[in-house]
Amino acid sequence: MASVMKLFLAWRNYFVLGIAAILCGATPARAELVIDITRGFVEPLPVAVTDFFGESPDETKVGADIAGVIAANLERSGLFRPIDKGAFIQDPNTLRAGPRFGDWRLINAQALIGGSTQVQVDGRLRVEFRLWDVFAETQMTGLAYFTTPTNWRRVAHIISDAIYKRLTGEDGYFDTRIVYISETGPQNRRVKRLSIMDQDGANHRFLTDGGSLVLTPRFSPTTQEITYLSYISKTPRVYLFNLNTGQQEVLGDFPGMTFAPRFSPDGNKVIMSLARQGNTEVYTMDLRTRKVVRLTNHPAIDTSPSYSPDGQEIVFNSDRGGSQQLYVMSADGNNVRRITFNKGRYATPVWSPRGDLIAFTRMHQGEFFIGVMRPDGSGERMLTKGYLVEAPTWAPNGRVLSFYRQGRADKNGTVSSKLHTIDLTGFNEREIVTPVDGSDPAWSPLIP
Amino acid sequence: MRFKFLTIFAAALLLAACETPSEESAGTMTAATTATTSTTTAPTTMISGPTPGSQEDLVVNVGDRIFFDYDKSDLAPEARATAEALAAWMSSYPATTIGIEGHADERGTREYNLALGERRASSAHDYLVALGVAPNRLSTISYGKERPAVLGSNEESWAQNRRDVFVVN
Repeated sequence: MASVMKLFLAWRNYFVLGIAAILCGATPARAELVIDITRGFVEPLPVAVTDFFGESPDETKVGADIAGVIAANLERSGLFRPIDKGAFIQDPNTLRAGPRFGDWRLINAQALIGGSTQVQVDGRLRVEFRLWDVFAETQMTGLAYFTTPTNWRRVAHIISDAIYKRLTGEDGYFDTRIVYISETGPQNRRVKRLSIMDQDGANHRFLTDGGSLVLTPRFSPTTQEITYLSYISKTPRVYLFNLNTGQQEVLGDFPGMTFAPRFSPDGNKVIMSLARQGNTEVYTMDLRTRKVVRLTNHPAIDTSPSYSPDGQEIVFNSDRGGSQQLYVMSADGNNVRRITFNKGRYATPVWSPRGDLIAFTRMHQGEFFIGVMRPDGSGERMLTKGYLVEAPTWAPNGRVLSFYRQGRADKNGTVSSKLHTIDLTGFNEREIVTPVDGSDPAWSPLIP
Repeated sequence: MRFKFLTIFAAALLLAACETPSEESAGTMTAATTATTSTTTAPTTMISGPTPGSQEDLVVNVGDRIFFDYDKSDLAPEARATAEALAAWMSSYPATTIGIEGHADERGTREYNLALGERRASSAHDYLVALGVAPNRLSTISYGKERPAVLGSNEESWAQNRRDVFVVN
């Protein structure tokens, strides 16, 4: 029997969420329903996601909405295939008394997800869900959440993560956001705005008005802050943007262009490049003391630094060998060694949050590739390619990447740039639908 | 013949592509010739040439940009000639200051191209300083691949977009 655990999470001061585990049946001794996602292509697991039961019309509607978001998340992961609701035999109401497993086996559902929604006397919404293994006829997990009714979508993402974790053994990534640059207008007068949305494209917001060119936003691993490049006052500098207050602040007072910022894994530093007098070097700035440290010292271009998740090493982009390649150094700037030796040029390295891989952009014979390799440069694999694919970013579970894909411009300068996601295996590439064009995605950590 | 055509084509592109308002450049050039050859024309129809020391003057009499090879930032002979003309022009207009914008084509990654644009702007800056231009009359900025001058995705547009642009402040 699972013990009841209670967790209270605060988010932007108004969102309070309670989690309580629902009593589960005894764990069976037989093999569990688990998806092995360590292999390449995985045949998506057929799942039945039923509308969550509600007594009132409002509860019924939010129950259906939650089920819809969960099914969409699972489907987009490429690991699950939600079955058409029209095929369901058992209805959400009778499901509350327990599944008639035979009915679900008939439509070949391997996993079954059901739940209920209930508005409490204090106005909060209670959302409960259960996940069953249809063929083993057991409940795999079950949880209840309390939240403000307007936050039903977030609960749907949290439930999706719980299901993903229970069925794959890995952390989910659905309760996350993506900050990126939205783009409109022709090639030579592209208007770029800092923008943010949930990982599924919902709750989209523009954060800047397009008056200044903005590029390369990155999420803080610990705070509701973004670091990015802005050309405010025609002076390209690294800025911090606070998502809670909307305030933006220039980082430091450097005698040249600062760019290519990223946070350190503990969130205490920003690592970035300073370009000055034709030379680009990597620096860190401590956000608490504002102390600046120079890490590279070479007449070549040294840029696009990214920390390993333990903060001990940094991968970066340099043309010190004659063309753009990837190098790894210790966090103090020592022990620099090149890790890319294949044909072509390499750029935009970003260390996986699991630490096991580095994603990059590779350019070779007129094509761009998104690929991954181990931190020592071995095991290189290309995931996708195109006229211009660039800027990989990792979902917090290190399993899915996002990047942008841009096409050729026509003679009028009309160009298309879209955000995509792709599985680490190179399968399941999907577009993230955004209101206008997008580039430079950066995935948030799981929302605390 | 083909080379000549390309040169003319490039010049046309160049004029069309100026970021500063210079749509009148071609017309003004002709008008300027007319004005100097017929000084007796009534003031109402007289059209003056580019204001000396202006951006327009720079575009017409020096050229406001130089071009680079792919992933390169060293100045080719043609670029050096333009820079030399610019240095001479700046000595004629000692009050002018120039912003040097470094640009890259779209066939690179964003951050590297920002660094490359900065390196290109610095190349011209350093050459101008070597030619005697006071450093405090020059500033540099990189736009990486963010502000192409020539539209399209082909070799011709990329070649025109790997550039420095000189802007009279």
